[in-house]
Amino acid sequence: MSNDTNSIDMSSIERRQFDTLIIGAGGGGLRASLQLAEADLSVAVVSKVFPTRSHTVAAQGGMNAALANVSPDNWHWHMFDTVKGGDYLGDQDSIEYMCRAAPKAVYELEHFGVPFSRLDNGKIYQRAFGGQSQNFGGDQAARTCAAADRTGHAILHSLYQQNIRAKTHFFDEYFAVDLLKDDEGRVLGAVVFNIQDGQITVIEAKTTLLATGGAGQLFKTTTNALINTGDGMGMAMRAGIPLQDMEFFQFHPTGIAGRGMLITEGARGEGGYLVNGDGERLMERYAPKAKDLASRDVVSRAIAIEVREGRGCGPNKDHVMLKLDHLGEAVIQKRLPGIRQTCITFLGIDPAEAPIPVFPTAHYTMGGIPTNRYGQVVVPVKDTPEEPVAGLYAAGECACVSVHGGNRLGGNSLLDILVFGRAAANHIIGYLKENKYHRVIDDEVIKKVVEKVNRFDQQGSGDETVAGLRKELKQTMEEHCSVFRNKEILKQGVDKVEQLAQRMKNVKVDDQSFTFNTARVEAFELENLMACALATIHSAYAREESRGAHSRTDFIERDDKSWMRHSLYSFENGLDYKPVRTRPLSVESFPPKPRVY
Amino acid sequence: MKFKIYRFNPENDTKPHVQDYELNDIEPGTMLLAALLRIKDEQDQTLSFRRSCGEGVCGSDGMNINGVNGLACITPLDDLKQPIEVKPLPGLPVIRDLIIDMDQFYKQYRAVKPYLIVNDPMPEVELPQTPEQRERLDGLYECVLCACCSTACPSFWWNPDKFLGPAALLQASRFIEDSRDQDFEKRLEELEGPFKLFRCHTIMNCVHVCPKGLNPTKAIGRIKAKMVTRSL
Ligand SMILES: Cc1cc2nc3c(=O)[nH]c(=O)nc-3n(C[C@H](O)[C@H](O)[C@H](O)COP(=O)(O)OP(=O)(O)OC[C@H]3O[C@@H](n4cnc5c(N)ncnc54)[C@H](O)[C@@H]3O)c2cc1C
Ligand code: SF4
Ligand code: SF4
Ligand code: FES
Repeated sequence: MSNDTNSIDMSSIERRQFDTLIIGAGGGGLRASLQLAEADLSVAVVSKVFPTRSHTVAAQGGMNAALANVSPDNWHWHMFDTVKGGDYLGDQDSIEYMCRAAPKAVYELEHFGVPFSRLDNGKIYQRAFGGQSQNFGGDQAARTCAAADRTGHAILHSLYQQNIRAKTHFFDEYFAVDLLKDDEGRVLGAVVFNIQDGQITVIEAKTTLLATGGAGQLFKTTTNALINTGDGMGMAMRAGIPLQDMEFFQFHPTGIAGRGMLITEGARGEGGYLVNGDGERLMERYAPKAKDLASRDVVSRAIAIEVREGRGCGPNKDHVMLKLDHLGEAVIQKRLPGIRQTCITFLGIDPAEAPIPVFPTAHYTMGGIPTNRYGQVVVPVKDTPEEPVAGLYAAGECACVSVHGGNRLGGNSLLDILVFGRAAANHIIGYLKENKYHRVIDDEVIKKVVEKVNRFDQQGSGDETVAGLRKELKQTMEEHCSVFRNKEILKQGVDKVEQLAQRMKNVKVDDQSFTFNTARVEAFELENLMACALATIHSAYAREESRGAHSRTDFIERDDKSWMRHSLYSFENGLDYKPVRTRPLSVESFPPKPRVY
Repeated sequence: MKFKIYRFNPENDTKPHVQDYELNDIEPGTMLLAALLRIKDEQDQTLSFRRSCGEGVCGSDGMNINGVNGLACITPLDDLKQPIEVKPLPGLPVIRDLIIDMDQFYKQYRAVKPYLIVNDPMPEVELPQTPEQRERLDGLYECVLCACCSTACPSFWWNPDKFLGPAALLQASRFIEDSRDQDFEKRLEELEGPFKLFRCHTIMNCVHVCPKGLNPTKAIGRIKAKMVTRSL
């Protein structure tokens, strides 16, 4: 890894060839790899952590599908809720595709072995989640399929297990640095290194799928794991691909106040509710019908307003309470054992006895790498807004297909990663039939990327540290790009993030060891976070309206005439926009309406 | 607060050594992982350990804490005697500092065919399972593969290549107990012999350390009972 920059000996670099390279072993990556391995293609899955440590493991509440096991339901109602929940920014062709595919995706998982909770009749248990309705905005639906409150763990482990059976080729604890791209713009694989010994490997692939997850580490208080640093998004940006709708970042209403651990929306789905400092059920005022099960953006804003107006709880009045004790210990232990344990461990509070202090917490990256519903990465080329990048796919939280629009519904992300992980794999299978042979990669292309792998050992004055810059970045995003935003705050945020990105050039990593060098990994991760932060803050500053999770106190209305369009931000061109795909596949479009819950 | 942390980097060290660190202003309720992250950020970026979720669900940060295996992210500092001694999990090769080579552990996991096997054609909907059948999986499916148990098990230390260890056996039990699985007979058959399963001497170390409160010894007992019934 510490090769001299000018004299890279190509013969010393390990090269491997696969039909498909998948970067990421969360639910999205593993669903895709399983599909491909079963189609007898050679698949390599690269993950910076052992697969079952991917962040999908932390998902709690469940996955949406209109199985109608508990309440009457159908995919069309699910589609309506998703379009409305996303504040009409979601692409309706992708949404129809996802909601139609949902029941099958759940049954497949069940066949893979996922230990879903069960109803007395032996069917999969479903619980109510926010923003779910019957009959296009009518009564509450119960659409979220759950394995207690450990659904992500159950899904991720089962998928990994099925991949063991299918003999998928894993590169565990390898870090992907950058994509390989030829002069025609085709993506031909990636350069990775083995974290264990620092050895660089060039993985050549006819198709590459990015499934690297979200960028929740952008914020100081977050429900996300430390590994959620937007690496795939950073890689895409460095390959000249814009990021879409990054200003839409979801703040989950119920992170443990000041700490960040998530309390699933399932807690409210099971009957829990929020109370303010005056002991009042606050959501009755903000969403008279859906109450605590309104969309996440609505509930998060409500909590933030309560606290801002002095009706918070605790000595500093800086949070509200989530009450569960009325559900009784039996229900809590059966349906929410994981969050009960988390509360006892981190707060010393048993939710069966006392309420939990909560506050909106950074949770989910709605934006990401732009794709169509086949998972192909698409970019604007001249007059076409969505031209596929040959050989490159993206799925899961790193991608933006865009099914979540301006605000994701709870339970729709696990669905997204599985449906589009599978769809991408199916498209790849077709693509590989047409593209049978590996293209020759020019040595220069490889050299250019490999040269940069040791960037943090060699460059920089060393005046800045990764830890120092990361702390400032997270603080800045928390202060300038949170639940409520305005022009002035965002402008300061833009300036600060730009400065931080400049200062990144002065970073030098002192630890130059080859062996499990986590300091070097953290430097790459911070570089990717910086790219995501730039895209997020610039897009947020430019969007002069309030939609979904993007709430501007200076532009409080949604403005469909000027802003019902997707943002795109790239290093090369700054901001650009493209239209929302409002035409579904087979049904009529849902036109934008005022959003009430 | 004082820490004594095991350090080893094969590039520079011929043998491991212990390094002292000190942190001030630790808030009550802080977990060990937060302290390690602070040491890495503020004092010594070369200190290496695995971590991800920070809440006990990913299983990355198993380590030996004051002599007991556990997950750093859910181990409160308040409960620990000072100086806090932190070492890698015992019994497996150390790659660097607190990071062990888990290949052997994963190999044993894969050896029990840890996946649902159904030979019949799949229905268009879910395979039915009653709540009672599903409950038999509670205490088995929640394992996070942290290796705290296996690396605390004397039988595993002495025969890592032959005895499957508590974590893998817990997985075996998870599939043996699953009403949907159709490989029951073979699964039991493959655990026969003096080593794979029967090296467990019910010493219970595994149960005491499991940070998820699981009980591999009980699971092993359930498998043994099934074997006995089957051989009758
Ligand atoms: C606490 C929590 C609870 C949630 N609960 C729910 C829920 O109940 N329902 C729901 O629908 N959604 C839920 N979500 C959201 C959902 O879990 C995630 O959006 C989803 O799991 C993301 O899956 P993924 O496959 O896209 O990525 P991840 O699971 O994050 O996986 C990313 C993968 O990429 C790899 N990777 C990343 N960068 C690199 C690199 N540079 N080199 C190599 N590998 C790399 C990682 O190692 C990992 O394997 C929850 C999220 C959180 C944070
Ligand atoms: S009970 Fe068995 S598996 Fe557990 S530690 Fe003892 S010997 Fe090992
Ligand atoms: S059984 Fe417990 S200690 Fe053993 S690997 Fe699983 S979670 Fe860790
Ligand atoms: S960091 Fe995930 S279990 Fe501790």
